[in-house]
Amino acid sequence: MNKIETANVNLHYGDFHALKGITMSIQENSVTALIGPSGCGKSTYLRLFNRMNDLISNVEITGDVLVEGKDIYERGVDVDELRKKVGMVFQKPNPFPKTIYENVAYGLRVNGIKDKAFIEERVERSLHQAALWEEVKDKLKKSAFELSGGQQQRLCIARALAIEPTVLLMDEPASALDPLSTAKIEELIYELKNKYTIIIVTHNMQQAGRVSDRTAFFYMGELIEMDETKMIFTNPKNLRTQNYITGRFG
Amino acid sequence: MKKPDHIQIRRKKQRRQSFAFWTFGILSFSIVAILIVILSFILFHGVKAISWDFITKMPEDGMTKGGIFPAIIGTLYLVAGSMLFAFPIGVMSGIYINEYAREGFIKRFIQMMTNNLAGVPSIVFGLFGMSLFVNKLKFGDSILAGSLTLGLLALPVVIRTTEEALRAIDNSFRHGSMALGSSKWQTTKRVVLPMAFPNIITGLILSIGRVSGETAPILFTVAAYFLPKLPHSIFDQVMALPYHLYVISTSGTNIEASRSMAYGTALVLIVIVLIANLLANALRRYFGKKVKMN
Amino acid sequence: MRRRFAKFFEKLIEAALLVSGTFTSVIVLLIILFLFNEGAGLFRESPVEKGSVVALNRANPINALSPEELKNIFDQKIVFWKSLGGTSDSIKLFRVDDVAKYYTEGQIGSNFEHLDSCISDYVGKTPNVVAFFPKEYAKAGFKGKLVTIKTITIGSFVSGKEWFPTAQPVAQMGVLSLILGTLWVSLAAIIFALPLGLATAIYLAEIADSRVRNILKPLIELLAGIPSVVYGFFGLIVIVPLIKNVFGLDVGETALAGSIILGIMALPTIITISEDALRNTPRAMKEASLALGATKWQTIYKVSIPYSASGITAGAILGIGRAIGETMAVLMVTGNSAIIPHSLLQPVRTIPATIAAELGEAAQGGLHYKALFALGCILFVITFFINLSVEFISSKRKGEKHI
Repeated sequence: MNKIETANVNLHYGDFHALKGITMSIQENSVTALIGPSGCGKSTYLRLFNRMNDLISNVEITGDVLVEGKDIYERGVDVDELRKKVGMVFQKPNPFPKTIYENVAYGLRVNGIKDKAFIEERVERSLHQAALWEEVKDKLKKSAFELSGGQQQRLCIARALAIEPTVLLMDEPASALDPLSTAKIEELIYELKNKYTIIIVTHNMQQAGRVSDRTAFFYMGELIEMDETKMIFTNPKNLRTQNYITGRFG
Repeated sequence: MKKPDHIQIRRKKQRRQSFAFWTFGILSFSIVAILIVILSFILFHGVKAISWDFITKMPEDGMTKGGIFPAIIGTLYLVAGSMLFAFPIGVMSGIYINEYAREGFIKRFIQMMTNNLAGVPSIVFGLFGMSLFVNKLKFGDSILAGSLTLGLLALPVVIRTTEEALRAIDNSFRHGSMALGSSKWQTTKRVVLPMAFPNIITGLILSIGRVSGETAPILFTVAAYFLPKLPHSIFDQVMALPYHLYVISTSGTNIEASRSMAYGTALVLIVIVLIANLLANALRRYFGKKVKMN
Repeated sequence: MRRRFAKFFEKLIEAALLVSGTFTSVIVLLIILFLFNEGAGLFRESPVEKGSVVALNRANPINALSPEELKNIFDQKIVFWKSLGGTSDSIKLFRVDDVAKYYTEGQIGSNFEHLDSCISDYVGKTPNVVAFFPKEYAKAGFKGKLVTIKTITIGSFVSGKEWFPTAQPVAQMGVLSLILGTLWVSLAAIIFALPLGLATAIYLAEIADSRVRNILKPLIELLAGIPSVVYGFFGLIVIVPLIKNVFGLDVGETALAGSIILGIMALPTIITISEDALRNTPRAMKEASLALGATKWQTIYKVSIPYSASGITAGAILGIGRAIGETMAVLMVTGNSAIIPHSLLQPVRTIPATIAAELGEAAQGGLHYKALFALGCILFVITFFINLSVEFISSKRKGEKHI
């Protein structure tokens, strides 16, 4: 079943045509990697799904973006509700200047949940899911800034999971981390895909190869090619895809 | 999350947001309303007082009739005098802080002192100007003493705008010039300063607006209560617009009778500030565009 | 040769720039020097009117009096020597004019040539007397004793409730009412300006689109540019009568009028600094909050405001500083009575207003003049600490950002 679909999506920043007629479908409970050179539009495309592009002024979007079959750019769509369903993890870890516990609880609190026991249980479960619980269980009341970069990023993942999204967007989640932390994040992604539909933007070709089921290659705002990850890496149909991949590998 | 609450919570969130945003919008525009009330009040009453004679005649009949010519001229002298003093020193000081001083204690100390000077109340400048310029250096109540006092007050403003203007210039320009073998001063003089100049001038205009309205620093250093003649030297006293407004609205010979003069004087002061602000904004916009086009 | 000259020239320029760079520091130090030098004179000189003395009978055990004691004696608030640690006699006041009550014209002399011996005689024979008269009448062989009047102490200056610098026989230099008046008016101004300023800052930084912002920003700058004397004039003509009518007061010149005007004047400071602080909230943090389904408003009050709390505090403190130092507007609308304020509907007098109103009348170098400089010192110290604390807060903020 297709969790997310886009049909002929165009996006302009002022005069700049950032996404050119993108049509794509993304399956439920799978990992999709978006790759391509800087400025190719992959991050912009990712931010379509939780309407993060709305924050930038003079952006114009045409075409259909369907999440669970509903057009999320239709009038009357509740953006906050959408963002609860579609969680996001950012390039750099961006915890709030609050305690570890409060970081994870934040999403629950802003969504009006006041039941203490419920919040406590959910925080613990999310930290378990993000494979962080063992490391932080004794210092939940400490500032999130005391964690290492890799731990902070897993905290951000836990924070996103706490509100039980069904889709998880990851914008180069490991680009600011050391190799060891990166490996942990990748392991986590692999485990999470049983429950979540994950879309990950990455610069790192090996990473795309390791974690994703399907890969989409973007170039200059266009979707050049999308296929099973294995196919893209071993037998790309488009020459530009091939150049990009081999250029990176070789 | 429990399903039944869901929609309610969502509505509550939304309601709170729109309530907050509306409140803030209304409060923000109430500030504009305050400004408009003040400006239109003075404009409405002041316009009746304004005439060619008002601008060019001496005050008459215990300052209840006639004009405010000597006060305008006095303020003009004081503004010019204070800028002659504050502008060169302020710009040089700004250049030193941004281009020459190394990061460290001295730079931080100088910046801290400049900030402190900016925070000194204007009446304290008045006290200081009186004891240093009027009494110690024996300038007496004079244009010289008043200008220097006002100049000290304007100094931090000039320094800060110069600093900011210089900081806005990308280092690549400096490196480019240095790479061609220019010395530091040559680079500063030929590359950095010309680029920063528009913003520095904007700061100058804004400080002119500020200085022309200051009263407390000139109370005891230059301002004359009533002096229907023009000064002959920098050691003469003068009347000044802000002090004149203060005098005729609180302690003139006949406050009621001089009311219309007071409105007129207030309007002239406001117009000076308005012109300074508009000019500064226009310059900022004009040069801002020019830089972008490059 | 030419190159050497160029090098020398560079050094010369750098030296000139350095001198200009240190100029503000020098001025701040000079301000401290001049203000404190003049102000300190107040605590070194006798507070009795120049050229006058206070004398007692030689049998009186008291040798020195403080200015407050002397004032209370002549105001007949102290009527027994016992209250001052002396005998149980009541106090007998004697001024020069009183001579005529006790001596005939013949005894004094038609040209007052015997005035000195009359005073001497009276003080000599009256054990409970306290006499105040010009110094020249206390010649050699004076039968009373001159008492020392203690100098004003810093403690009594700051805590004294009465400000009456031209009082006879001794000036009253208590500035408590002025200090409290200043703080009273300024704090009330901030209480009124802070919510309004903060709301505007939030609106400008987070809510308004750039078109609205481009209109509002210059208007707020304009508000900052209006001279204080114009605010004072507006307050005098509009706000003061309004307060008078609304509250049914005899006079509208009140602390409230000052607070309203000062509040308006402090708004631009609060808005500009708070808005800058709010704008510094990292975008990543705001996005993280929105991505978790928080509304924009939730993001503002749960992320942006806590993040920029120190900047907002700095804005508020600086706003208070501006209000405390403001002179002309306050002078024109607060009524200037030196009484300890109990309500916003009373007239008050602030430190800057006192200096502005009285310095013109005070004789240069006199006690009153020095007292006004001492007031200037208090004002300078208050604003100096305010600036330092703002400096401290903002340097702490810069430090935090590196983490």
